[in-house]
Amino acid sequence: MHKVLTNRWTQVVVFVLCLGPVVSLGWRALTGGLTANPIEFITHATGDWTLRFICITLAITPLRKILGLPDLIRFRRMLGLFAFFYGCLHFATYVVLDKFFDFPEMWKDVAKRPYITLGFLAFVLMIPLAVTSTAGWIRRLGGRRWQWLHRAIYITAVAGVIHYYWSVKSAVIRPLTYAAIVALLLLWRLAARFWPRTHTVQEASAKPQPQKAQA
Amino acid sequence: MSLRSKEQLTCADVTPKSVYLNRRKFLKGAGLAGAFALAGRGLWELASPSSRAIAGTKLNVALKSPFSTTEKQNTYEDVTHYNNYYEFGVDKTEPARNAGTLKTYPWTVSIEGEVKKPRKITIDEILKLAPLEERIYRHRCVEAWSIVVPWIGYSLSELIKTVEPTPAAKFVAFESFYDPKEMPLAKYAGIDFPYVEGLRLDEAMNPLALLCVGMYGETLPNQDGAPVRIVIPWKYGFKSAKSLVKIRFTKSEPPTTWSRMAPNEYGFYANVNPHVDHPRWSQAKERRLGEFFRRDTLMFNGYSDQVASLYTGMDLRKNF
Repeated sequence: MHKVLTNRWTQVVVFVLCLGPVVSLGWRALTGGLTANPIEFITHATGDWTLRFICITLAITPLRKILGLPDLIRFRRMLGLFAFFYGCLHFATYVVLDKFFDFPEMWKDVAKRPYITLGFLAFVLMIPLAVTSTAGWIRRLGGRRWQWLHRAIYITAVAGVIHYYWSVKSAVIRPLTYAAIVALLLLWRLAARFWPRTHTVQEASAKPQPQKAQA
Repeated sequence: MSLRSKEQLTCADVTPKSVYLNRRKFLKGAGLAGAFALAGRGLWELASPSSRAIAGTKLNVALKSPFSTTEKQNTYEDVTHYNNYYEFGVDKTEPARNAGTLKTYPWTVSIEGEVKKPRKITIDEILKLAPLEERIYRHRCVEAWSIVVPWIGYSLSELIKTVEPTPAAKFVAFESFYDPKEMPLAKYAGIDFPYVEGLRLDEAMNPLALLCVGMYGETLPNQDGAPVRIVIPWKYGFKSAKSLVKIRFTKSEPPTTWSRMAPNEYGFYANVNPHVDHPRWSQAKERRLGEFFRRDTLMFNGYSDQVASLYTGMDLRKNF
């Protein structure tokens, strides 16, 4: 497993897989598969994939411990950046396709409509994380501060789920599924912090952080 | 998927068809070739994943309505593959895939409550009760999208007159068909079924209120509310209940599905009103399917001349 996870080609394969959703959207656009309301379809698809990538990124640390696969860390930055990538597409869909640069209208949305406020917050909080995702920034900030900053992803995850929950009319099962997954991933972290022995978290915190994030 | 079989067809059939999936393709096909070609086309359509609309049957439409708009109609494909019919799934594309399980013949609507002549009326009787008209209406969803549809039917008042509401009747409730066996996805919808909608009696008697049995020259596809529904063009789409099985006349305002589920978001009246926002989104504009830019939403969806007088003196902010 170590060999597979550290293989350069595995990175390439995961990268290509992560592009799947946007390729699928492009294919649908070319073949008329975006339903009668393409803007709504693209909005939902990019929003879904943002949340999915946030969940996958948050799952890396628990999976490393539970499965005993520390090499999984090599994929965390890429997955986090894909969450940001789909978040950007989602935001761009809103700005360009949905509102067509009607900034006063969008500002009203952000100020007046809580689900948009939260979605906007979730997106904006991802920007500094994407910017500081490089090895250079980890060095500049120092591992501890860097890690502290990157805990903002927890806020993004929670805000993102509530954003979804508040945007649906009645079918709350899907947003609640995401809520359960995010809750589980965050509770695991709490548990790991308070009962370190059962989750062998000490071994992780003993490691210098910069190493942890180097791909 | 299930297709309409011969015994499911109504007496109004002119051209029974085993498979009828795309109107334009069909018209072209029927003009060119006979039953053999049609069967071949049917097989071809079955193999094609994009066309899963349920069959329709041609209707004799005697009248064009003065209420019709001249705006560009949406395509049959759009109107049959972008539906809110939560009993068949909450995604817009799900009803087209899943509504095939609905058995629309035989069909009976029970008319009861505050009426002198309660009756059970069959779909065959409904189709013959009054001359069928084509009415091209704007249809505005509460989710801020809209379509233009050539419905077929006649004024709901034609049916109401035959049952003679008592002086006590002030409201009408419309109940949709519900069977958890035929509608297995309904339990995930997050709203209660059967679906119930309602109108004030004078609203129901307004000539614009349509008892609808078809669209685009044919009977309704299942996902659009077959075999009989109401279409109330000046109200948000959720008021236009589909697949009716019961019409009940009442003394007081009937509890309706969406307003029970979220009373602060969906009112009993639900008149299209660009000045009263949904708590979570603006109603000032709408996206007409097929158009890129949003267009302004019109008061009463552009039907003020016909219906504004129903609401004189009412605070439409309170009675949203």
